[in-house]
Amino acid sequence: MGGDLLFFLEVVISGLMAGVMYALVALGFVLIFKASGIFNFAQGVMALFAALALFDFMSPGGWVDRWFGFTFPTWIAIILTIGVMIIVAWLIERLVLRYLVNQEPIILFMATIGLAYVLEGAGDILFGSDVKVLDIGIPQGASDWLLDEYGLYVEKLEVVAAVTAATLVTVLAIFFQKTRIGRALRAVADDHQAALSVGISLRTIWVVVWSVSGMVALVAGIMWGSKSGVQFSLSLIALKALPVLILGGFTSIPGAIVGGLIIGVGEKVAEVYAGPFVGGAIENWFAYMLALAFLLFRPQGLFGEKIIERV
Amino acid sequence: MFYRETGQFKASYQTDQAIFPIAQDRWFILAVTAVAFIGVPLLINDYWVNAIFLPFLCYGMAAIGLNILTGYCGQVSLGTGGFMAVGAYASYKLMSIFPEMNLIFVILFSGGITAMVGILFGIPSLRIKGFYLAVATLAAQFFLVWLFNKAGWFYNYSASGQITVTSRDLFGVLITGPSASPEARYLFCLSFIAVFALLAKNIVRGRIGRAWMAIRDMDIAAEIIGIKPLDAKLSAFAVSSFYIGMAGALYFAVWLGSAEPGEAFGIEQSFLVLFIIIIGGLGSILGAFLGSAFMVLMPILLKNLMVGGFGVMAATAKHVEITIMGVLIIFFLIVEPHGLARLWQIGKEKLRLWPFPH
Repeated sequence: MGGDLLFFLEVVISGLMAGVMYALVALGFVLIFKASGIFNFAQGVMALFAALALFDFMSPGGWVDRWFGFTFPTWIAIILTIGVMIIVAWLIERLVLRYLVNQEPIILFMATIGLAYVLEGAGDILFGSDVKVLDIGIPQGASDWLLDEYGLYVEKLEVVAAVTAATLVTVLAIFFQKTRIGRALRAVADDHQAALSVGISLRTIWVVVWSVSGMVALVAGIMWGSKSGVQFSLSLIALKALPVLILGGFTSIPGAIVGGLIIGVGEKVAEVYAGPFVGGAIENWFAYMLALAFLLFRPQGLFGEKIIERV
Repeated sequence: MFYRETGQFKASYQTDQAIFPIAQDRWFILAVTAVAFIGVPLLINDYWVNAIFLPFLCYGMAAIGLNILTGYCGQVSLGTGGFMAVGAYASYKLMSIFPEMNLIFVILFSGGITAMVGILFGIPSLRIKGFYLAVATLAAQFFLVWLFNKAGWFYNYSASGQITVTSRDLFGVLITGPSASPEARYLFCLSFIAVFALLAKNIVRGRIGRAWMAIRDMDIAAEIIGIKPLDAKLSAFAVSSFYIGMAGALYFAVWLGSAEPGEAFGIEQSFLVLFIIIIGGLGSILGAFLGSAFMVLMPILLKNLMVGGFGVMAATAKHVEITIMGVLIIFFLIVEPHGLARLWQIGKEKLRLWPFPH
């Protein structure tokens, strides 16, 4: 294989992998938007919070260590963190969402920004704001096999992330299509009032959906935390996920994945091939411009529900 | 008892359509204006101007701008920080290219340039709606900040990448630069905001403002009754950006004095201004001021209370402050989603009947 082509392939693959990471965050957004029409800006901070809690459970010097004198192995810590995210979801429903039913979307959006502040502050107060290195045993470094056979450089961590994301989407799809709660979720997403009238509890559903997106946030937090450390900037990945969302459509899970991949590849290719001509660091806004260009042709995103307006 | 309109008869169309139809309101607002123009400058010092009054006025101006777009025309925008940056850099370039230009015109032209940029970024709004548009305006935010960081022409190729204001005077009184007196800076900003708040109030009552509100309430219905969405939306983007640009120019030239795009005009600014108009009240000029006062004063109060009152460490206090701000925002949204302006209105209604509510 020629050097240029190989390099291009490497850029595309690293873009695809980055796209998977974006898609992981975007998934959480889509889940909540589908079920409650809330644009949850706190998703990134939820990922940060989950990663902080997980780190705390399994490392010396954390709350568990100080109170009980031992730390948990990784898998128990993960289960505990899932528990924490469920409690957080329950609190959010109990203290915030319950009072904001039927408000305008922008009010709910603002409430989630407030929520992001609260979680960010609480995370800092509880777990400290220094950078933490999360290590739960995900292999790091280049994949030897690909490097030896084809000379391709691919991060192992990103392969793990891609596999995890694929598993997650499959599990979510089965959960949505086959289970009782999944059907209830789809009913709520379709029509709140009709769902209420056939006896589906909106409150339970919201707790469930926020818990699920809390778990998705945990997965995203683990992946991003292993890659670049657990710190405040982790919460900013929410901003990276937004163009993915508008590109894929707010209501579509496949959209989040495909959108993530397109944005990831587009961003990397543009940065490598066009970046040097305009001074670099175009990653910050290129994704938005790309999404904007798509939107001009499909205002509801690639896979979003067709917007039908009536007077 | 004191707040009654009994005996005040409206004999002409003008009096009926006045901004403040009740005499007590007129007196109150005149008194507030008088205190702001005469009383406050006698009492303030450098700290008060820099920490409270200039932020209040600059954010108030930006909030009026965003309120025109979001509150009156219903187009959610998260690009406020970027547009403020356009205003700030426009004023910087105007000042360095035309050293003799009057400061008032510098601010006005900065607003005008921002209005043009605003129209450009408003074009997608004709096709994209709701949150899709909100995210699309983030493109403006990130692109503009990146542009001002990268293109040396905008900051005159200064080594630090910062822009720093030169000392400029107006009618012989220094307004900008390090040696300007706090009173002069305060009064300069205040005059701008007083004039343009009045103008905004009248725009939103007029034909254009009613067209915006029709678009906000339901754009298809508005189109059917003969409002052109193109004109209405783009004019909202233009007027809104004009205000935000002036706010950015005042923010940079009069308040901060020097600025660096990533910090001074980051996405945090966009959220802050959005918070101001939501806490203050969407679709209300008064709300822009109430929200601005709230968002400027609250962190200062919290900080003083915690560091001064309870002796909390400054670093911890910062985290607690963020948490409490978040809680307060959620609390306000739950208690009164229509903002402080609505509370003010309810208070006035109660006062009219007080002390005999039946």
